[in-house]
Amino acid sequence: MSVEALPAEIAEVAPAARRPGTLRIVLRNPSVLIGATIVAFLAIVGVVAPWLGTIDPAEINPVFRNKKPGVERTIRGDDGKETAFVHRFGTDSLGRDVYSRVVYGARVSLIIGVTVAVLSVAVGLTIGLIAGYIRWLDGIIMRVMDGLMAIPAILLAMGVVSLSRAGLLAVVIAIVIPEIPRVVRLVRAIVLSIREEPYVEAAITVGTPTPLLLVRHVLPNTIAPLIVQGTFICGSAILIEAILSFLGIGIPPETPTWGNIMAEGRSLFRIHPHNIFYPGVCLAFAVLAINMLGDGLRDTLDPRFAKRV
Amino acid sequence: MYAYVLRRLAATIPVMLIVAVLVFLMLRLTPSDPAAIIAGDNANSEQVAEIRNRLGLDQPILTQFVIWMGKLLHGDLGESFFFKKQVAELIADRLEPTVSLALFTIVLAVAIAVPLGVLAAYRHGSWLDRIVMGFSVLGFSVPVFVIGYLLIYVFAIELNWLPVQGYQRIGQGVGGWLQRLILPAMTLSVVLIALIARITRTSVLEVMNEDYIRTARAKGQTESRVLVRHALANAAVPIVTVIGLGVAALIGGVVVTESVFTIPGLGRLTVDAVLARDYPTIQAVILLFSLAYVLINLLVDLTYTFFDPRIRY
Amino acid sequence: MGYLRKCTAAAVAVGALTWAATWAVTPAHAQKTLRAVMHSDLKIVDPIWTTAYIVRNHGYMVYDTLFAQDEKGEIKPQMVDKYEVAADKLTYTFTLRDGLAWHDGPPVKAEDCVASIKRWAAKDATGQKMMSFVASIDAVNDTTFTVKLKEPTGLVLIALSKPSSNVPFMMPKRVAETDPNTQLSDFTGSGPFIFKRDEWKPGDKAVYVKNEKYKPRAEPASGLAGGKVVKVDRVEWRAISDHQQAINALLAGEIDYVETPKHDLLPLLKKDANIKLWDYNPLGNQYTFRPNQLQKPFDNVKVRQALWYAFNQKDFLDGVIGNPDYYKTCKAMFVCGTPLASEKGMDGLLESNFAKAQALLKEGGYDGTPIVLMHSTDLDVLSNLAPVAKSLMEKAGFKVDMQSMDWQTVVARRAKKDPANAGGWHAFLTSWVAADITNPVMAAYFNSACDKALFGWPCDPEMEKLRDQFARETDPAKQKLIAEAVQIQATQSTSHINLGQWYQPIAARKSVAGILTTPVPVFWNIAIQ
Repeated sequence: MSVEALPAEIAEVAPAARRPGTLRIVLRNPSVLIGATIVAFLAIVGVVAPWLGTIDPAEINPVFRNKKPGVERTIRGDDGKETAFVHRFGTDSLGRDVYSRVVYGARVSLIIGVTVAVLSVAVGLTIGLIAGYIRWLDGIIMRVMDGLMAIPAILLAMGVVSLSRAGLLAVVIAIVIPEIPRVVRLVRAIVLSIREEPYVEAAITVGTPTPLLLVRHVLPNTIAPLIVQGTFICGSAILIEAILSFLGIGIPPETPTWGNIMAEGRSLFRIHPHNIFYPGVCLAFAVLAINMLGDGLRDTLDPRFAKRV
Repeated sequence: MYAYVLRRLAATIPVMLIVAVLVFLMLRLTPSDPAAIIAGDNANSEQVAEIRNRLGLDQPILTQFVIWMGKLLHGDLGESFFFKKQVAELIADRLEPTVSLALFTIVLAVAIAVPLGVLAAYRHGSWLDRIVMGFSVLGFSVPVFVIGYLLIYVFAIELNWLPVQGYQRIGQGVGGWLQRLILPAMTLSVVLIALIARITRTSVLEVMNEDYIRTARAKGQTESRVLVRHALANAAVPIVTVIGLGVAALIGGVVVTESVFTIPGLGRLTVDAVLARDYPTIQAVILLFSLAYVLINLLVDLTYTFFDPRIRY
Repeated sequence: MGYLRKCTAAAVAVGALTWAATWAVTPAHAQKTLRAVMHSDLKIVDPIWTTAYIVRNHGYMVYDTLFAQDEKGEIKPQMVDKYEVAADKLTYTFTLRDGLAWHDGPPVKAEDCVASIKRWAAKDATGQKMMSFVASIDAVNDTTFTVKLKEPTGLVLIALSKPSSNVPFMMPKRVAETDPNTQLSDFTGSGPFIFKRDEWKPGDKAVYVKNEKYKPRAEPASGLAGGKVVKVDRVEWRAISDHQQAINALLAGEIDYVETPKHDLLPLLKKDANIKLWDYNPLGNQYTFRPNQLQKPFDNVKVRQALWYAFNQKDFLDGVIGNPDYYKTCKAMFVCGTPLASEKGMDGLLESNFAKAQALLKEGGYDGTPIVLMHSTDLDVLSNLAPVAKSLMEKAGFKVDMQSMDWQTVVARRAKKDPANAGGWHAFLTSWVAADITNPVMAAYFNSACDKALFGWPCDPEMEKLRDQFARETDPAKQKLIAEAVQIQATQSTSHINLGQWYQPIAARKSVAGILTTPVPVFWNIAIQ
């Protein structure tokens, strides 16, 4: 359930006319700036994770389990050289380095967010275009979408995950499915309103083939709202993954995500809060930044919102 | 109006049918074998086959679906593989805690968020406004269980003001019932408050620029009357819409909150059922929640007539 | 703004009043109720149908046994008043003591016991072994029954006093005649507590009340034997699956007793003056690794033997328990601290000698097939085992495909004989209560009867010969020699690997007294002050 998408849904986003210098206006918005910067920072952290003073996030070291942040340890390299390593964020209940897991977790959590966003937008766009254009399919598709939307997203995700072994793909699909109906509704609304425009009617009269019609006239109008929606979906996906991990049906712990680091550490919250604190803060920051980005994008890309402050 | 209500109710049937099909299909696609789970640790393959036969799991999918739908319409939600009780009984038992939690949360959220949103709109641009908006974005960004643990840590453990976990049935004392619901409701309401406060602020702001507000002020109405009678009332439609949609978000949060606070409600039932691959229960719970969601949205639509006399059905 | 201010003031006042009211109305407990959090929730209530420990614990509440082991491990009569063994050792005659009655009224009769023994023996491995020696079990009159053997065996009393899963609980004849593969629906027993079925909410709580009509034995309670005197009115088992919350509740006084506090949280409990930790089970538990001998490469004995050299106990114990106060490395398969414990045959094993492991793998012709290792994620005392196993096995040259799933799925999947990459498995890890595995007949994983064995299906006729010998032997000194031979045989054929002993204290508030030293948690003798 993209809670963050709710504000976007309340006032169905009307097609944004393409204005010159849109990019400049977008970038000048403070929300976009701050949000984008933080997200970019986290993305870079995720990419250069191996070079940020981390060790293998899946490496178990039972002797060093549950150590407080700041504990030092000597690591024997393959060449026999011994180096000192400081566990900046402590270790978890299997002795894995929390700092490394959080940094690598940035990768996975962000990848999940982006993948879910891209997939749900892509699939939703396709279905929405079909529904908007092919009349007789429209009824069926929208009924199915209504049905899907009636099922609360977490429950749907839980149900889908329970179908198969926990794994990255299963979790991604589980989060994508509940997000699709909203995108479909959005796209369909745009398609339906565009169809009535005079220039589209003119284009049809002239004999423009449908695909060209879609690409030339419909798609451009969907870009802005889909970018906004996608951004909110991304934030929501990261949160849902954390919840699925918390419930025990998320991604298995060898692949660290902020969600499953917290889930594993939850039973030690009172004596080893570092397991929840560090990934929790990163997660909150990331989702916050993504939401701000979404807010800013919506403010700048949609003229109807422009006059609201 | 009644015709509208009837039409809307009739329209829920195809939606629920689709939900039923989706739910049924979804759970039949799993590789896990419930017959093996029920048969237990030391069963051999004959025993497993016998159980599969008894539960009708070896029949073709369409037959299974028809049988299932038939039973459903008679109110027979089947027997839980895992809990060894009638699902209907399980659900009836767990209804009170979840409904109590949900109602308390909604009341709490609306009571806090609407005034906050109005104030933020009124003092638009001030530090209060920024704090409210800042907090509300934060509210969407932190996972529910983290909020829960933090609240438990502060209020239950450090300050010792409230119990750490548990639920007391209302029949055993209203005081205890309320006391145990405070922390869970606070946890669950954070997201809802964030949402409602934002929309309230946005809607009221939009309305504040309208002519009739200026007129009201010119007439000499006090600011509070202007805010409440005129601004809020006209902003009510989107606010109520959000509350309706927020209920869906609530359901997601209920699952986590009940797990953290050990509340024996439908949310925890769902988690246990999913972890145990207990089909009948998962199906029944999803159907129930979906029905609730659909009906609540219908209710929300109906309240529009109350807030906006221009809307007629 | 006056209006708004008034509204706010009103809201605050209502809030404050409500909050104050919540403290006012809290019903006082007239009865003494012990609120306990057990390691799992009670969903199944048939202790013969399943070996799950929570159901066994339930069994001890509601049922009684013919014999029981006391604190020293000696077998003492419980429901039995006196018994005689004929001179030829082929007939045992048991007479029940007075005053035993079922919860619904009627007295316990010998025919009930006969039926109960039969139902238990149909499912339990030790019971099956015993029955292979038995010619007949008959009720002589209402209070006496006999067990007639085909040949002498030391198993009869050992079996009837078996402390852990499956425990030979006594049930009314009509209940005991339920097919052993069908779960019971009637929970009548003759034990010191009565199960309150109407208050049982699976996933939430299970409730027991004192059986006022229960007549305990005269002797003081010792271990699972002696007089079972109930000193509370009511016991509630609450299902709190979040470990941290269970501890929080214990510390806040909302719960009185936690059966399995997580070891990492013990420091938190030790700090609090209101909490006491009870080391109630001094023998502890044993971690076990079970390979699937039906699947390549574990069908090759050398590859299996490599496991003995790949593993060491300390890594597993450190990885799960962490605190050395609560674990012990012990190479004896039959549990250190018991009569049959010995380290014969264990030299050089379980010391992570990776070179030797790799050599054995080569000898066995291991071709790099990934070992499908099942990793259960939802039981805290088990979930860290598989990652440690994986890391050690990989260092020894195995390729490991660790698959995560919940315990229920492990249970379902381990019953499958399919190839590992098609829904089957190669290995998994679990834990046994020490009381379950103190001799080669009772310790189920030694059973190497190929198809008839438990999942893993070890096939070793030599092992079965030794176990049979043990079953026939009545002299303890000779039993020890046979047990040692069994252990040595196990290091060759590798039915399973023992990975160390660990101990689980109970955490209870200081107001709780009288927790007995027993291999399984029991609730008689406990009082709340």
